[in-house]
Amino acid sequence: MLSALLLAGIIIWSASQAMAFKPAVLFDMGGKFDKSFNEGIWNGLEKFRKETGIKYREFEVRQEAQREQFLRKLASKGSDPVIAVGFGQAAALTKVAQEFPNTRFSIIDMVVDLPNVQSIIFKEHEGSFLVGVLAAMKSETGKVGFVGGMDIPLIHKFACGYVQGVKHINSGITVYQKMTGTTPAAWNDPARGAQLAKTMYDSGADIVYAAAGGTGLGVLQAAADNNKLSIGVDSNQNHLQPGSVLTSMLKRVDVAAYEVFKTGHDGSWKAGFKILGLAEDGVGWALDEHNAKLVSSAMKNKVEQVRKDIIAGKIKVHDYMSNNKCPVQ
Amino acid sequence: MWNDILLILDGTLRISVPFLLAAMGGIFAERSGVIDFGLEGKMLGGAFVAAAVAHWTQSAWLGLLGSIGIGIIFSMMHGFASVTKQGNQVVSCVAINIFAMGLTVVLANAWFGMGGKTPQLPKEARFLSIELPFAEAMRDIPVIGEIYYELISGHNILVYIAFLAVPITAWVVFKSSFGLHLRATGENPLAVDTTGISVNKTRYQALLFNGILGGMSGAYLSTAHLGFFVKDMSAGKGYLALAAMIVGKWRPYSAMFACLLFSALFAIKDKPEISEMLKGLVPLNLIESFLEMSPYILTVVILAGFVGRAVAPKAIGQPFSKEK
Repeated sequence: MLSALLLAGIIIWSASQAMAFKPAVLFDMGGKFDKSFNEGIWNGLEKFRKETGIKYREFEVRQEAQREQFLRKLASKGSDPVIAVGFGQAAALTKVAQEFPNTRFSIIDMVVDLPNVQSIIFKEHEGSFLVGVLAAMKSETGKVGFVGGMDIPLIHKFACGYVQGVKHINSGITVYQKMTGTTPAAWNDPARGAQLAKTMYDSGADIVYAAAGGTGLGVLQAAADNNKLSIGVDSNQNHLQPGSVLTSMLKRVDVAAYEVFKTGHDGSWKAGFKILGLAEDGVGWALDEHNAKLVSSAMKNKVEQVRKDIIAGKIKVHDYMSNNKCPVQ
Repeated sequence: MWNDILLILDGTLRISVPFLLAAMGGIFAERSGVIDFGLEGKMLGGAFVAAAVAHWTQSAWLGLLGSIGIGIIFSMMHGFASVTKQGNQVVSCVAINIFAMGLTVVLANAWFGMGGKTPQLPKEARFLSIELPFAEAMRDIPVIGEIYYELISGHNILVYIAFLAVPITAWVVFKSSFGLHLRATGENPLAVDTTGISVNKTRYQALLFNGILGGMSGAYLSTAHLGFFVKDMSAGKGYLALAAMIVGKWRPYSAMFACLLFSALFAIKDKPEISEMLKGLVPLNLIESFLEMSPYILTVVILAGFVGRAVAPKAIGQPFSKEK
């Protein structure tokens, strides 16, 4: 009798679980309006919400310790699937995903190898290669720059792809590379970003690519203030300083995040790896009314050709994270 | 090479401004016996209000006024808690820093809906670089002309104000009669009280200056160096200013040199040619990490008394009450 009751209870419980689709997202330190990575995710989720009318829970991490706490809170409240945004969530997710084996988790930008986790990673090196090609063709001084956020392998992956793209066009071009810092504060320090970019411009660079979250906003500002060019990242940042942002390296986190909720909703969500590159339109470069004047048709043709060559495998772009080394500097 | 040095020095000046303003503010408060590491919060609050007001009024000057206003509000809160109510000054500072972190983001979200960012300011609503007279003409004169063109000319007005704040602070604290009261209040409040001067009033006056300078340091970030506010954009600069003040032993000129030293470390670290030069010789990130942490190491070393002694004002952190 008791066991039958219990069984019935479980069936009702699981049925209610299936009926109430309660997706959730845990944003990373930059916050959902960072005009970059997190905001891209948010855009994708908002699209899902508008299409389906299904609301989702969200949290923004403000300290390291909150990662695990919030993930556990979301999972224990019955949220499913849960998106963990950013490489920093990996350790916390590894722990929490084991505690809640029936909850589906997706992590963006990092690999967590567990049966109930989907790891979505991007071939940022391919997208960065393309903007590197554009920078090399546009540069008049023969010097370009790169400003990274926190000094982690993922950001070196951007830098390495970019340098390869630049050198693909002209191996004589100098690429200045700087990381903003070694703590998460490096994602939110636009004053340092502007200073780093200004120093590069003073040293003769005329285009600086920023892969630095909120810090990158300072790089874009410095480019506008010094009549130089910048390259945005993750979301399309061309409109932030119209006319001085050469292009943006697009990382379609919005599509990835949207897909998680959508496949989670229709049941086709799968654990495992999902690697999104040029071929999957997971990365790319931005062309709109704000930078149309900056990109000549020769540049456009060349970069499209390179894009096709990379997809076809004719050009191999080295992934920094495969061996933590970059073949070019 | 000469040009590189000039550029490094130029970068040093730009980086040092928020440190300088905040450190001078810190000197006023701490010389009067009130601990202030709420500078971080005042800088953040000042940055937000300056950007918001400049956006609404399209005037950088009104933005600056707003940042001074919020700086004073914060320092008066600190004064009320720690001078009037005789609360723990450290706790009050922490409260102000946390309050500023939360308040700026919440208000920015409510008013602009951009998640803690304020709208981009147009050039007209920012403090832009000023070309000093004859800078262009003197550019070709060796040394003097170059220094004038690269180093002295071409900054925004807040840079000049910040460097003007140093002699003014030095004069007020060490030469004026108010400064005498101020320092005496920080060393021996009881003695001050017996002469009929109000200790608490002096501390409030000191905090007024503190708020003005602390708020202005934020305005530099959001309306001069950049053209927007984003959350947490002070990124620890207020704490670094405090460290510079301690390294400078609570003296305006020494603190200025400490600010310049810290900034120079950043400027050297930023210079791409130097990284190119060192590349291959030594592990680059080791050098960079070392340069990054050296301000804090220096502060600890000086506080520990290895290199000269940094003696804080005697009555610092102690609320004054006549009954004692």
